Parts: sequence; C-alpha cells; structure tokens
Amino acid sequence: MKFAVIVFPGSNCDRDMYHAVKDVLGAEADLVWYQSSNLKEYDGILLPGGFSYGDYLRSGAVAATSDMMKQIKEQAKAGKPVLGVCNGFQILTESGLLPGALMRNKNLSFMCHQENLIVENNETLFTSGYEKGEVVKFPIAHGEGNYFCDEKTLNELKTNNQIVFTYQSNPNGSTHDIAGIVNKEGNVLGMMPHPERAVEKLLGSDDGLRLFQSVIQNWRNSYVTN
Amino acid sequence: MLQTEISPEQIEQDKVYQEMGLNDEEYEMIKGILKRRPNFTETGIFSVMWSEHCSYKTSKALLRKFPTKGKNVLQGPGEGAGIIDIGDNQAVVFKVESHNHPSAVEPYQGAATGVGGIIRDIFSMGARPIASMNSLRFGNLTNERTKYLFTEVVAGIAGYGNCVGVPTVGGEVQFDDSYEENPLVNAMAIGLINHDEIQKGIAAGIGNTILYAGPPTGRDGIHGATFASDDLGEDAAKDRPAVQVGDPFMEKLLIEACLEVIHSDALVGMQDMGAAGLTSSASEMASKAGTGMEMNLDLVPQREQNMTAYEMMLSESQERMLLCVKRGRTKEIIEVFEKYGLKAVPVGEVIEEKVFRIKHHGEVVANIPVDSLAEDAPVYHLPSKEAAYFKEFQAMENKTPDVENHGGMLKKLLQQPTIASKEWVYDQYDSMVQTNTVYGPGSDAAVIRIKGIDKALAITTDCNSRYIYLDPETGGKIAVAEAARNIVCSGAKPIGLTDGLNFGNPTNPEIFWQMEKSVEGMSVACTALGTPVISGNVSLYNQSKGKSIFPTPVVGMVGLHESLEHVTPSFFQTAGDLVYVIGEANPEFGGSELQHIVNGRYEGKAPAIDLEVEAIRQKQLLEAIRSGVVESAHDVAEGGLAVALAESVFAGKGLGFTIGLSGDATVELFSETQSRFVVTVKEEKRAEFERLVEDAKLIGIVTAGNTLGVKVNEEDILNENVDELEKLWRGAIPCLLKSKA
Repeated sequence: MKFAVIVFPGSNCDRDMYHAVKDVLGAEADLVWYQSSNLKEYDGILLPGGFSYGDYLRSGAVAATSDMMKQIKEQAKAGKPVLGVCNGFQILTESGLLPGALMRNKNLSFMCHQENLIVENNETLFTSGYEKGEVVKFPIAHGEGNYFCDEKTLNELKTNNQIVFTYQSNPNGSTHDIAGIVNKEGNVLGMMPHPERAVEKLLGSDDGLRLFQSVIQNWRNSYVTN
Repeated sequence: MLQTEISPEQIEQDKVYQEMGLNDEEYEMIKGILKRRPNFTETGIFSVMWSEHCSYKTSKALLRKFPTKGKNVLQGPGEGAGIIDIGDNQAVVFKVESHNHPSAVEPYQGAATGVGGIIRDIFSMGARPIASMNSLRFGNLTNERTKYLFTEVVAGIAGYGNCVGVPTVGGEVQFDDSYEENPLVNAMAIGLINHDEIQKGIAAGIGNTILYAGPPTGRDGIHGATFASDDLGEDAAKDRPAVQVGDPFMEKLLIEACLEVIHSDALVGMQDMGAAGLTSSASEMASKAGTGMEMNLDLVPQREQNMTAYEMMLSESQERMLLCVKRGRTKEIIEVFEKYGLKAVPVGEVIEEKVFRIKHHGEVVANIPVDSLAEDAPVYHLPSKEAAYFKEFQAMENKTPDVENHGGMLKKLLQQPTIASKEWVYDQYDSMVQTNTVYGPGSDAAVIRIKGIDKALAITTDCNSRYIYLDPETGGKIAVAEAARNIVCSGAKPIGLTDGLNFGNPTNPEIFWQMEKSVEGMSVACTALGTPVISGNVSLYNQSKGKSIFPTPVVGMVGLHESLEHVTPSFFQTAGDLVYVIGEANPEFGGSELQHIVNGRYEGKAPAIDLEVEAIRQKQLLEAIRSGVVESAHDVAEGGLAVALAESVFAGKGLGFTIGLSGDATVELFSETQSRFVVTVKEEKRAEFERLVEDAKLIGIVTAGNTLGVKVNEEDILNENVDELEKLWRGAIPCLLKSKA
C-alpha cells in the first residue's frame, strides 16, 4: 500500500506523518507537494496537521479551494481511504468532505497534551484494530478543535455510526465530545488528535499504530477479495 | 519624524546623530573614518551598527573572558549561531536571543518576532530547527499590566512557534518586582545539521550576486536595534512602531526554501536580516569575507511607497534573508524560492573594493569602508564599582528564617509563581511537533531524540537572578552549575551553552560591576564543568523609572545522551524505590524563596558553591545513570529539598514517599544549598549506586498512595496529601491570573 502525505504551504506535521507510516510502520509513502497532479497513483491519502496557508481566512479554508483538494475528492469518491488529522480535519470539513466545522477551543487558547479517547466505532477501515469502547491515548495540539455541527447533523452522525472517537474528558468544547468522525461511506476520517504522534512508546504512546495498521490491513483484505 | 533632507552639516550642527543613539565622540570617529561628514543615511547605518545590540561595544571586553573553545566546537561566537559536533557527521546548532524592549511595549509581537528571529539564526546556518526554549521574567502577577504582559508574551511565543512547526519544548518563567516594567523575553532555538551542510554568512567571490529573499521591506522596526540599546523610557509606547510584526507562515516557507537551497552549490553564503536588517546582514557578510558590496535599493522589494534609503536600510521587517549566489547561477536559486511562493531578487553584487556602497534613484546614498561598521566599532571599558549593597550583604550572618508550620510553608512555597507549575504556559505551546520530544516542558531538562541514531539531546534554560543580585560572581557560577545539573539529571553530558546576558544600564559602574562579576563567575564554572560558550546575546539598559532589573545572565545549555537508554525522568517511578539525596543542607537562605516569603525581601549571602564538588557529583551521578542504576533524578533548587521531593510525585502516578531526615527541620527542608540532587534507585541496585556516588545519603522510600511524609529527628514534620499539594501547585498561576488586583 502506498500513501501520499499531502504537503500544503504551511503544513508542519507532514514529516511526522511520513515518519510514522514509512519509518515506523514500514509502509510505502511519499511527501506529495500540493501542486502535484499524480494523486491517483496512491492507495491512501494522508492530510497532515499544521497551519496550511498560515490559517489565514479560516483554518483549512484556503487549502480547501486548491486543485489538490479536487483530486482528493475524486479519490475519496473512488473509495480510497483519506485520513485528515488536525489541520487535515479542518481542511476536510472546509471542503465539504466531512460535515460540521471546527471552532476555536472553548478557552480560546491553543492546547497541547495527551488526551484519552474512546473508540466509539471500531467498524471502520481505520479502527478495526481497536476494541469498541477502548480508551486510547493520543496527543492533541490545536487552537481550533472545537467540533460543531447542528442538531440534525449530529443525529445523522449518530444514526450512521459516523462518530469514531470521542474525548473521555472534553478539552475544547466539542459537540458531543467528538474527536473524530468518518463520512457516511466510511472511507474519509477526520480527527483532531494526532495518531502519527502516538506511534512510539518512547514519546509517550503507541496507541496510534493500530490506526495505520488497520488501514493497511483493510487495504490488503480488499485487494485479496477483489 | 526625521526627514532625509537634513544635510550633513545640519546633522553635525544640530547633533541629530544623538537622536539616533550616537554620542559626540562616536560622531567624530565616523568623520575620521569617512574623512568627511556622514550624510543622513550613513549616520543611521553607523548608529545601528554601533549600537550595543549589534556591536557589543560595552560588553565585548567582558565576553572575551568566556571559554569558547573545545574539541567539539565547530563554530564559536561570531556567526548566526554556534555549532557543536555530536558525532555521526551531525552537529547541534544553538543560540539564545533577547527581545525584551519590544516585548515591553508590544508583548505579543515582541515575543513572536523574538522566536522568529532566533529560528532564522538557526536555519541561516543550514540547520533544521528542531526545538525552541525560552526564559521569561515578569513582575509579580499582582497588577493587570503584568498579567497582560505575561499572557500576551506567552500567546506570542505560542502563536509563532506553533505555526512555524518548531516545538517549544521547555523553558523557565520567574517573577520578581524588578521586572515589572521591563519584562525579559529570551528565546533559544536549537537545530540539527550534517557537517557538510554548514553555511556561513559570507559574501565571497568578486562579481557574485546578492539576492534578497522573502517578503518586501516595510517601515516596521526602523531603528529597532537602537531602541533595544537604550533605556525604556516612560514614553516607551511611542516606540511601538519600532516593534516588528511577525508572520510565522512566511517563516515556515522560508525555512523550507532555505533548507532546500543549501543543497545547491550555487549558494556561497546566507544570513538572516535580523537586528538592523539589510544594513547588518549585508555589511557583515562582506566584512567576514574580506570583500565589499554594492547594492541598489531600487531593486529591493518594497511594501510601502516612497521609502527612503534610510528607512530601507534600517527597517527590521521580518522573515527576510540575504544570500550570496555564484554569478550566473541565480535562476536555480530563485526557482526554489518561487516553489514556496517566495520572492528572491538580485539587489547587488560582491565587489573587490572593501566598501559598502548603497545606490538609490541613481545616486550613491552611502559609501562606507565595510570593516568600519562591523570591526571598527568603538570598544568601551566602562568603569566598574562594587555595588554598595554587596559589602552589607556579605557581612550578614546566615540566618534561618522562623518557620512554625512546615506543612503550611510547603504549601505556600508550592504556590509561589516561580515554583508553581507552568502548565498554564506550556500547554499553549506545541511541544511535540516533529515527533522527537521524549520529555517536554515540566522536566528538569527537555529531551529530544535524534531520529535514526541512538542519541538524544537535553536542553535547559536557567538563571536564578536573585543569587546573582546578592553576589554576581557566585550567582554566575550557580547559573551555569544549575543548568548543567538539569542536563545531568536527564542522563546527558553537558556539551556547551549559549548565554543571554540581561542587565541594567552599563554606564552605571555598579551595574557594570554586576556584569563583570557574573561573567567572571560564569566563565570559571564553564571551565570547571567543561561547557564552552558557543553563542550568545547581550541586552543592556533593562530598567525603567531608573530602577534596574536583577542581573539576569540566562544560561541555555545543551547536553548529549550517548544512548536513549540513558534518558532519565525527573519524577519518581515505582513504589519501593529508595530515595537518596546527594549533598548536605546548610543554613543558606540568601535569595531563597523562603526568605522572600518570611522577610519580604532578598538579602544576605547567596548560597556558596564549590565547583570542584559540583563537578565530581555531576560526574558520579552521570556515571550512575549510564550504569543503569538510577530510576529518576531531580535537582534541588528553589524552595529546597521539600519542594524537590514534592515535585517528584506530581506526575499522576499515584505515588508518595516516606522520608527521614535529621538536623534543623527548616534547614533540611527549605535551604537552597547548592550541588544537591534527589535520586531514586531500585533496592537491588543500592550497593552499586552507593559505590558510584560518594555523597549520596539514603533518606527514604517511594510509597504507593498519596501521602507525603517527612520526619525530622524522628518527629513528624510533614504529613500531607499529595493530590491536595499538586492541586495547589498546578492551580497557583491560573488562580493569580483570575484574581482581581
């Protein structure tokens, strides 16, 4: 399985994502500059965190209008797994691939520390390696991670089992403690916490490993059955 | 506003140069150098280049005392940052810089651009910035202005550092009245580089092209270097336009572009436009290469209309770099910058004649011998006089403050903002980006692993300015020793340091004496502990309303873990581990937290320090850590042993301890005697540890549960609930910020 780690001007977790999948997991991966046009060569798309376009206008808003996002939408439509972390999640909501929006944290400050998450849905291609209800430790690092959606959307998210991760102790004011959601089809995951920062015990947690392993495993399975 | 029409004659007659920070003698020197009167632009150029910030004219003689050489030092002071070899063809690059005056008038941007500036110093050497640290000083959090400065400085550091993608992995914050109107914001950045990628800021090769890269030049930060080299007057707010505005997104692009450009052999040298902007980068690059430079200001990208030569040469607009590129090879360099959406344009060339020649609108607007700016700046040997208070303090007996309730006092100490948890601060910093942070903020030293090899770096910033105020020489020794202690506790060997010297007005002989003595003390300690000074910064005139800050020579130290297995936490790990203290407590309370609480002031003698003892203990502890017999190690600092022990169980591990001491309870618990450590060891490693560390004394055991118990002379002195203490310690700063003054 070959991953594309998308690099926008201002992305700053791109190298971390690359390190996680390439060096730690041993998967194939490339850093793909946002002006590239070869996205279909890849089997999975990773949208890393950072401050694309300096978060100017609104976080994720400028990147959402890029040609790269058009390509990502096409690949998502084709069923390829797309993971957006932190700023990647913001880009996914801004571009309409995921519902809702990310607002400033309730306390109006950036926050960075480890958080406990509850795996609400382990039936996605990203979370099949976890137990349902399992508590995992991922770092968060964001100023605008306060997930918001209206009542109707929230009900849909619940009905369709789209809520994948929730915070055990809500740090930022997110609606329904939401930390990560998938699209209806289940192949686009957006989350504020950083799985790529949780792949080595040395740095505090390796609970994120299974997220990437799940993606790879499910890709292999689909490849075999197809 | 000064106008360019002012003629050379008028500058002399009206002493316009004084407004720019030059004195009469300096003006005469300039006339001697040019063999004519300087014009307005030239006067401006001299004034910034000869400001303390750029020339170190009053501190140069002192800085020569620092040991700067060592077998692993690849680059000492003089370049953008110093470099130390760490083996495997890799080297670590680091430097600290102050942004005090800008932060006093515009705290968010002052702090933000401080971070941006020091990060540029790192990547201009060709190194990838891998971590940031800081050292901050504020007044006590009792008035709204101080709270505003504190809150905004932290937000500025976070705003810039988080966006640019360099983790802020640690630092220190202290609070004292002397910083009330003149906060200190010192930022340190650390980079990693391969030996063969080291760049220098030189403009070599006659005919080579000078490229300007980055955003256009505006009118911001004009005369910033001069502003930083003067007293902070009551009308300082009018200097707000002298504060630059930072754009971390631009800096992120600049980092990536510059680190790509260094792989091209078309690049000859590069330097960031920091203090004194285009003037200092251009003239220093030529001066270092032994060449001259001609620049055409019409080619410089400009953000505003009708900018004068004076404004362009003195602007400190941020995120700009100057590059020297081989003639005819500019296209490939420009293309790299364009990939990142950045402009790079030729603005001049290297010339043989050693002059700095600036053209604007077809006229020569400055023509100055290049070495006269960088190397011929005046060097002052200012008079020094022992501070009047010093004799008085030295004559005072060491007196142990009266403490009746030691538990109550421990609670008070834990809530002193200097001791209290800085979580409110560092939670706002992205301390983990780049995924190398093994131990981030809150540890004695931050620990950053190096990907791909079995090594890590330890980083700390330290300076107890109260000791330095009481006794600059002893305090200077302690600052270096304490930094080294923190590095050793983490399991690393100290390899070098950068100094951020913050003092008051040097023309006051008593202030100059503080500078002289603290530099002497630091130098002796550097030699004793084997830590050369590889870079640094001097910030003077830190005072307001005629009152000087406590002398604050910040030490930013880096250490090397030769294996990740040596990385050691500063918190207790497991119930049943034995607790040792290395070193004895003496009745030393001068400059201590306890003295301040009980007496309301700092006075008397600073704690004594014996550098031989210090070096031996550090060496033995490091040896024990490397032998794998140490579970945790923490230095004893502000608040003494009781605070060090309490901090060791504030890690959410559900641990407490039972300790037995003998002697005077107040001395044993709260004395700030130097060269001490709290160490935990597994029972089965006891004999080996005691053999390796001579001055270690077994004082107790780590327990499960949340009770913190200390007996002195078999009597229960402390019997506290860990959770309750931790809550006070964590809550102190948020609580002070919320309370109404």
